[in-house]
Amino acid sequence: LSFHSSDDGASVQEMLSEITNQRTVPNIFVNKVHLGGCDRTFQAHQSGLLEKLLQEDSAYDYDLIVIGGGSGGLACAQEAAILGKKVLVLDFVVPSPQGTSWGLGGTCVNVGCVPKKLMHQAALLGQALNDSRKFGWEYSQQVKHNWETMTEAIQNHIGSLNWGHRLSLREKSVVYVNAYGEFVEHHKIKATNRKGQETCYTAAKFVIATGKRPRYLGIPGDKEYCITSDDLFSLPYCPGKTLVVGASYVALECAGFLSGLGLDVTVMVRSILLRGFDQEMAERVGSYMEQHGVKFLRKFIPVMVQQLEKGSPGKLKVVAKSTEGPETIEGEYNTVLLAIGRDSCTRKMGLDKIGVKINEKSGKIPVNDVEQTNVPYVYAVGDILEGKLELTPVAIQAGRLLSRRLFGGRLEKCDYLNVPTTVFTPLEYGCCGLSEEKAIQVHKKEHLEVYHTLFWPLEWTVAGRDNNTCYAKIICNKFDNYRVIGFHVLGPNAGEVTQGFAAAMKCGLTKQLLDDTIGIHPTCGEVFTTLEITKSSGLDVTQKGC
Amino acid sequence: AAQLGKKVAVIDYVEPSPRGTRWGLGGTCVNVGCIPKKLMHQAALLGGMIRDAPHYGWDVAQPVQHDWKKMAEAVQNHVKSLNWGHRVQLQERKVEYFNIKASFVNKHTICGVTKGGKETLLSAEHIVIATGGRPRYPTHIEGALEYGITSDDIFWLKDSPGKTTPQPLSDVALECAGFLTGLGLDTTVMMRSIPLRGFDQQMSSLVTEYMDSQGTRFLKRCTPSRVQKLPDGQLQVTWEDLTSGKKNMGTFDTVLWAIGRIPETRSLNLENAGINTDPNSQKILVNAQEATSVPHIYAIGDVAEGRPELTPTAVMAGKLLAQRLCGQSSNVMDYSNVPTTVFTPLEYGCVGLSEEEAMARHGEEHVEVYHAYYKPLEFTVTERDASQCYVKMVCLRKPPQLVLGLHFLGPNAGEVTQGFALGIKCGASYEQVMRTVGIHPTCAEEVTKLRISKRSGLDPTVTGC
Repeated sequence: LSFHSSDDGASVQEMLSEITNQRTVPNIFVNKVHLGGCDRTFQAHQSGLLEKLLQEDSAYDYDLIVIGGGSGGLACAQEAAILGKKVLVLDFVVPSPQGTSWGLGGTCVNVGCVPKKLMHQAALLGQALNDSRKFGWEYSQQVKHNWETMTEAIQNHIGSLNWGHRLSLREKSVVYVNAYGEFVEHHKIKATNRKGQETCYTAAKFVIATGKRPRYLGIPGDKEYCITSDDLFSLPYCPGKTLVVGASYVALECAGFLSGLGLDVTVMVRSILLRGFDQEMAERVGSYMEQHGVKFLRKFIPVMVQQLEKGSPGKLKVVAKSTEGPETIEGEYNTVLLAIGRDSCTRKMGLDKIGVKINEKSGKIPVNDVEQTNVPYVYAVGDILEGKLELTPVAIQAGRLLSRRLFGGRLEKCDYLNVPTTVFTPLEYGCCGLSEEKAIQVHKKEHLEVYHTLFWPLEWTVAGRDNNTCYAKIICNKFDNYRVIGFHVLGPNAGEVTQGFAAAMKCGLTKQLLDDTIGIHPTCGEVFTTLEITKSSGLDVTQKGC
Repeated sequence: AAQLGKKVAVIDYVEPSPRGTRWGLGGTCVNVGCIPKKLMHQAALLGGMIRDAPHYGWDVAQPVQHDWKKMAEAVQNHVKSLNWGHRVQLQERKVEYFNIKASFVNKHTICGVTKGGKETLLSAEHIVIATGGRPRYPTHIEGALEYGITSDDIFWLKDSPGKTTPQPLSDVALECAGFLTGLGLDTTVMMRSIPLRGFDQQMSSLVTEYMDSQGTRFLKRCTPSRVQKLPDGQLQVTWEDLTSGKKNMGTFDTVLWAIGRIPETRSLNLENAGINTDPNSQKILVNAQEATSVPHIYAIGDVAEGRPELTPTAVMAGKLLAQRLCGQSSNVMDYSNVPTTVFTPLEYGCVGLSEEEAMARHGEEHVEVYHAYYKPLEFTVTERDASQCYVKMVCLRKPPQLVLGLHFLGPNAGEVTQGFALGIKCGASYEQVMRTVGIHPTCAEEVTKLRISKRSGLDPTVTGC
């Protein structure tokens, strides 16, 4: 098809750009798969890929193989199956150094969002028990928490979700194999199951959705004696006095609920809290935790973990070094929980064999805006994507839309703009859009107006809980009609509050629209409809009454 | 108005309820409405959490008893602190506060009478009537006035109301019945016709279905005819079952009337100023600028005809009115798409049109309703019944499918609904809401995942994670 000789050349070019992200010519498709331009075609010819693509009757085992049965992988697989494709899902959990493993569903279901929120809820219930006395409920003062009862209940629920996922795949005729997948050559993978048996599968298209696993420190004793989020949610004994190493949301959420359950918790932080998040909010999150009993050791990193006593839990000695000087400290804990970050599971699956480029440093896979890797028939979704948010709903949305584009003739791409999120620390933090720092970077301080207020949830009044702690702020772009470009709330049910505002931001929310909207009374969310005080005014936002 | 430099007086007076209950500055919301209601609702919710706690590993011996006195005292103390806060605020803003009962002498003059009978005359350039409403008594029912109480009284009871029967039409009734049940009291709701009139009827029935599953008894299509006091102090209620035509009797400790509210206009002597009221509702007739039939006299809040009876709308209307009167702006109040929440045991938040209203306005063929039954994550471990946890979005069928109304039944419904009300204010379409990524795990995210339409007939139950 030649542009110049056709009348609607311009619109053809536009459409091509839309579906392939390429405006240049030649723009080559082989057997309906977009290959690329001149360079890519020569590369494909050299690597043998072009030969494969040109084969008439390819007769692959599957239309699609998804490697990784987590949020992104399952969403992608099921959508493809609904569109009539033959799909295989490979999922395999390499046991953690402590030996923990789990079923189908990925991080979110097994060692992420789900058990995390349930343990957070357990901790919140502890707080509710305290509050309830002020509201007239009578029971004995000393209430203890039983770790095993909680974990069993949570694991039972997770088990039902694992089962639910298997059933769902079966209902949609998606083949599921519990085996570790690795590429051996173009369009072909080798799957190794628990017993070591190998089977090979071929497919026209592949989606990598292998996610991440917790990182270790690389210090003596870390793999032998420390646990991570992989192990915490199914730990068969109460962790006792715990040291949490890290300042990620995983670290703070875990430290938060462990403390809420009555445990002695210390958090060791190398530098800042919640890197990447609005730092004012991060500090408020940390400050609340500190006020409620969580100890913080700032600017230290562990250098050694020793076992003093065996047991469930045992006793560990941790030696840590200051990041600012020669000072070292020691501490004794029952459990050390590492939450310093996660590494992509991309290095041991033969990606080099088929030439899929990964970021050597982070292990993440760069993709274009249709989630395609540099190898045309290989796509990726979820936490392993470079430059994309590591969130379940993002992976699900991306996976689903990917299948619709590949097999359903649809064009819609995943919208990664203004994705809301919530950190489920004891005082929850919900946000959507830019942090104040990022906003200043992108828009310049003079172009911004920040409105903020402290607030006291009605339910906290009678309960006698902290006044002037919950906080709300929005960042507006003065040069764009005071458009809300950043939304931040610190308070109970932050996730529930934030969700709707995220939808509103997608529709172009402005400060005027906030002012014109009536609040629902009495709620926390309504504070956003009556924001008056700006940071630039310097006025006090301390609350005095209703 | 004071902040904008005007000389302002506020006149507030609470006529004691038939039972003798009275309260301080702040109006219905602070004293006998939103605030104590939500606090008692919270107390009831906490009762539920105490029951959940053992599932999550907390060893609390069940069942746990509730002490009404303790709760009432705590709630009343908070309310009193708000009364005080309001007085301080008025003082700080140099607004004169008169605790006198006011009525019109003429268009510019008010006569106020103190509790002791002393009279004062006040004159003003502009007058704003914001006297609100009070609960209605079914005075045609024998014994109703002498023996029944209303929402004016329930929040100020020093002792537990015991076995109660709220007589409802409104959200107030269901909210009260809800928290009374949650606090462990034997509660029966008697209603002549439909609950939550004016609200989406599918949602209303889910609300009452949940309450029924939690132990509140419903006597539907029943109307009381008589209330008598028995020698032991209990109340005997006689009612007629409209379906069977039979008469029934029951014994209760408390009868709570929640059959609607009437505007506080009768004792104002409005005719002295020439202010017109609606012949049916008795409410004051106003235009879009909140002006009555007399140009310099205005009415806002529950007392004004055609306005939603909500605190935040009254607050905003008041602020905008003051700004207009002081020449600061010409903005009028926008009463469309006002979000609200009914704080029943399973909360119901809504904004925009009900399904019925949407169908009536646009025609069934032009409306698309997306819906889902979901299960809050926190309910799983406790094996709580989530059968009524439900969300629906009413949209125009034509692309981009403008959202006409959102209805959410579940925990923290107020928090969930507020942000989406903003979305609707921004003219959100179904497509835009679907492009919004959900926050996981929350209940609110279910709104962004609504895919099944009622028209398709497919099962709207959300499965799995």
